Amino acid sequence: MRVLPSGSTALLVELTDLDEVLALYAALEEDRPPGVVDLVPAARTVLVVTDPAATTLDAVEAAVRRTAPRPGRRATAEQVEVPVVYDGEDLDDVAAHLGVDPGEVVRRHTGTEWTVAFSGFAPGFGYLTPADGAWDLPRRPSPRTRVPAGSIALAGGFTGVYPRESPGGWQLVGHTDLAVFDLSREPAALLRPGVRVRFVAVS
Amino acid sequence: MSVLTVLAPGPLTTVQDLGRPGLAGIGVGRSGACDRASAALANRLVGNEPGAAVLEATLGGLVLRAEADLLVVTTGARCPGSAVHDAPGLLRAGTTLALGTPPAGLRTYLAVRGGVAVERVLGSRSTDLLAGLGPPALRAGDVLPVGPPTGAVPGIDVAPVPDPPGGEVTVRLLPGPRTDWLTAAAQDVLGSATWTVTAESNRVGLRLDGPRLERRVSDELPSEGLVRGALQVPPSGAPVLFLADAPVTGGYPVAGYVADDDVDRCGQLRPGQTLRLRR
Repeated sequence: MRVLPSGSTALLVELTDLDEVLALYAALEEDRPPGVVDLVPAARTVLVVTDPAATTLDAVEAAVRRTAPRPGRRATAEQVEVPVVYDGEDLDDVAAHLGVDPGEVVRRHTGTEWTVAFSGFAPGFGYLTPADGAWDLPRRPSPRTRVPAGSIALAGGFTGVYPRESPGGWQLVGHTDLAVFDLSREPAALLRPGVRVRFVAVS
Repeated sequence: MSVLTVLAPGPLTTVQDLGRPGLAGIGVGRSGACDRASAALANRLVGNEPGAAVLEATLGGLVLRAEADLLVVTTGARCPGSAVHDAPGLLRAGTTLALGTPPAGLRTYLAVRGGVAVERVLGSRSTDLLAGLGPPALRAGDVLPVGPPTGAVPGIDVAPVPDPPGGEVTVRLLPGPRTDWLTAAAQDVLGSATWTVTAESNRVGLRLDGPRLERRVSDELPSEGLVRGALQVPPSGAPVLFLADAPVTGGYPVAGYVADDDVDRCGQLRPGQTLRLRR
């Protein structure tokens, strides 16, 4: 664990891989040190955001270093099923990259359990990691200016669901009618860190 | 319910409060007033709770009509036409308050006793322009509800605070997580150069023009969390200083941070103004 400075209100904890991130994030989320107002998990780091009126960075760093990571622990036990029409524009490219046919991409994508590791990019956009399988796909050489809401996409070992129309560089394999981010619903975001996800092929 | 009617929004006026801390887990940033100190002062002067919503006008231009007698105040950038700047006063029913263009500073905060009571989104009334959350920017004809008074009015005639300056501004520079991704020379340049705020700046951040910052490490950085004050160095070498509507994570190295207390003053910088970062 390396604790890197991030100005006067935050610390960036750098770890060796995503598993370590999730283990530390689960522990900190379950037992937040006093004065910590937000936690931002990412691929290799957890940003710990403090309220400087309530604590000091030294106290928070000491608390983080004392925290025992909880491997295998999840922030929630919730499971979500996402119905997908596998008609994405990049499905053939993804299949070619993995050296299989498009049907096998669908079988693998629906055949494994995915877990929301962290969020970012847009409200409700979760980065999902697979329980098994190699999904190390590159981004598109040039990002699309408009990716429709509900697009199911792959890149860099992750899969994700675009919560709303936006630019995007991930490979599109399908779409869902399920609203993954809906402000009229509680909770608004379906794909929160720790939630397990199954993709189900529909036509 | 007493209300304010928007006759003209000026270049950009949004509703802002303390924002949405604690929601980074679902990819939602904090947002809130760009100049938190000025917004907090405005609320205090009309006896509001710290979390009450105010209006954030960018380069003045906001024209409001009171539909009831309302206690109001403006803070931050001083606009001609505001007789209530840093000095709360009654806006009588049927009368208008018209903010001219401030000679210095960028953002003016208008607080009304009781607070602007538009609907909350995810616990806050702030407009987050990057995430597309919260109420839309104000338009002519909007009718803004005003909440019930919550606290005592402090009875201050004029708050003795300095106006945002028009010239060069110096703020404190602190280490960032990837300071060492810059060459040693570039690290020195960051803290010694004169940076000019460009016109491509907004509530998300200030795009700064100055000497190109050379990177020592050119690896791809997996996205990592950041907060306001972060100085991010994209491949162009021209740094971005993030403000209230900063993204939750960023994929370019953060080479330094402006001290949080000083970020408020950065939120008052106009295009063309210069900024120095001092260690």
